[in-house]
Amino acid sequence: MLRPRIIPCLLVHKGGLVKTRAFKDPKYVGDPINAVKIFNEKEADELTVLDIDARVNGAEPNYALIAKLAAECRMPLCYGGGITTAEQAARIIDLGVEKVSISAAAVANPALLTRIAAAIGRQSVVAVLDVRKRTGLFEKGYELCTHNASRVQKADPIEFAQVIEQAGAGEIVVNSVDRDGQMTGYDLELAERIRRAVRVPLTVLGGAGSLDDMARLIERCGVVGAAAGSLFVFKGPYRAVLINYPTDAQKTALFRQAGILPGPR
Amino acid sequence: MIRIVDYGVGNIQAFLTMFKRLGIEALRARSADELADAERLILPGVGAFDHAMQMLNESHMRPALESAVLDRKVPVLGVCVGMQMLAAGSDEGVLPGLNWVPGRVHAFAAHPQAAQLPMPHMGWNDVKPVPGHPLFAGFEPQPRFYFLHSYYFECEQPQHVAAKAHYGLDFDCMVSNGHIHGVQCHPEKSHSFGAQLLKNFALA
Repeated sequence: MLRPRIIPCLLVHKGGLVKTRAFKDPKYVGDPINAVKIFNEKEADELTVLDIDARVNGAEPNYALIAKLAAECRMPLCYGGGITTAEQAARIIDLGVEKVSISAAAVANPALLTRIAAAIGRQSVVAVLDVRKRTGLFEKGYELCTHNASRVQKADPIEFAQVIEQAGAGEIVVNSVDRDGQMTGYDLELAERIRRAVRVPLTVLGGAGSLDDMARLIERCGVVGAAAGSLFVFKGPYRAVLINYPTDAQKTALFRQAGILPGPR
Repeated sequence: MIRIVDYGVGNIQAFLTMFKRLGIEALRARSADELADAERLILPGVGAFDHAMQMLNESHMRPALESAVLDRKVPVLGVCVGMQMLAAGSDEGVLPGLNWVPGRVHAFAAHPQAAQLPMPHMGWNDVKPVPGHPLFAGFEPQPRFYFLHSYYFECEQPQHVAAKAHYGLDFDCMVSNGHIHGVQCHPEKSHSFGAQLLKNFALA
């Protein structure tokens, strides 16, 4: 049967690999190519690499880096950062990347997803929504952010997920801004609301601090992608950098725990 | 050597990387001339069926490809949409396929057992090979491969089914008609399972 995907999400900043907290304070954790090699050996289900400089700086995607990543990567690779045209997306796919992820440019103009889907096929178009829980005294629900959460958009994130699905997204990644780097668990309510709102595959990012957190997500939302940054680059309470990934046996145990695979919990 | 048919669709680089790692000589073919020395062929493909067929038809490689596969009997492996192109046609488009493996490509969304599932079918799924199939020589009993697609191949004749997978329904995820093979999943991105399958294809 189809298994949930356990996905390391790597952030690139100034050519190096970093990890943020609540989208701030990037901490250097290593070299991107070296990290890909380690995840190859660990046979990760998929890999997501997001360049967090490109869009903010208005720069072109870093094609040289993407080519190196794609050549090294032996698992499906999703790349995001700075993609604003269908031509850029097609060029990245041609470098050997399976999926491209679009964030701010899709929020500004969902029709861009339609054009990209026409160029590379809907199955390769991933839309990333950065979503933050409202925390004001009289505020409820969630808000949609862009540009590394420096801007807040008017659109409701759950309704907007449906808009981008209609526009041509083949997968939606919901990235919880306030859970980023906290390792306290996913925002399960947010994940479930988006899961119910759309039919395309969903990947949830932000907050995973343990495999148990992933099991709770999958138990609640079914076969989704469970993505994580900190969990797979840090070890222990002092956040020592150590790239890690569950073994096949650990993943099977996780899926049993979540009730996805038959067998003892 | 192995030639990867580069007609402008699909992830050529991923195959080259995988074969390089396996120590098997592989090059891309961008013209009819470059197909002439092929001992094995990989036909990749992603995106829409008609787009892929149109790109192949306009590549000026189709006659040479047909001559290699149908006259010289060069073993070929179609991958993802490249597998779907082996069929007579697809419900996704209007263009005819290569019609090398009798069958047709249908939409999961049109099948009552799959219509309610997330689409595309994305991720790692179990593959159940036909016992003794040469492409699965040396495999563990429960291989898993990476899938990313919304349409599936349906063979006309059961003897052409090489493996099945389940997504709402059991569908033909690998097909074989003599020396002509197709896989719906992505062996170039399926770690050790994919490496073993490509190695078997290269050396069988």
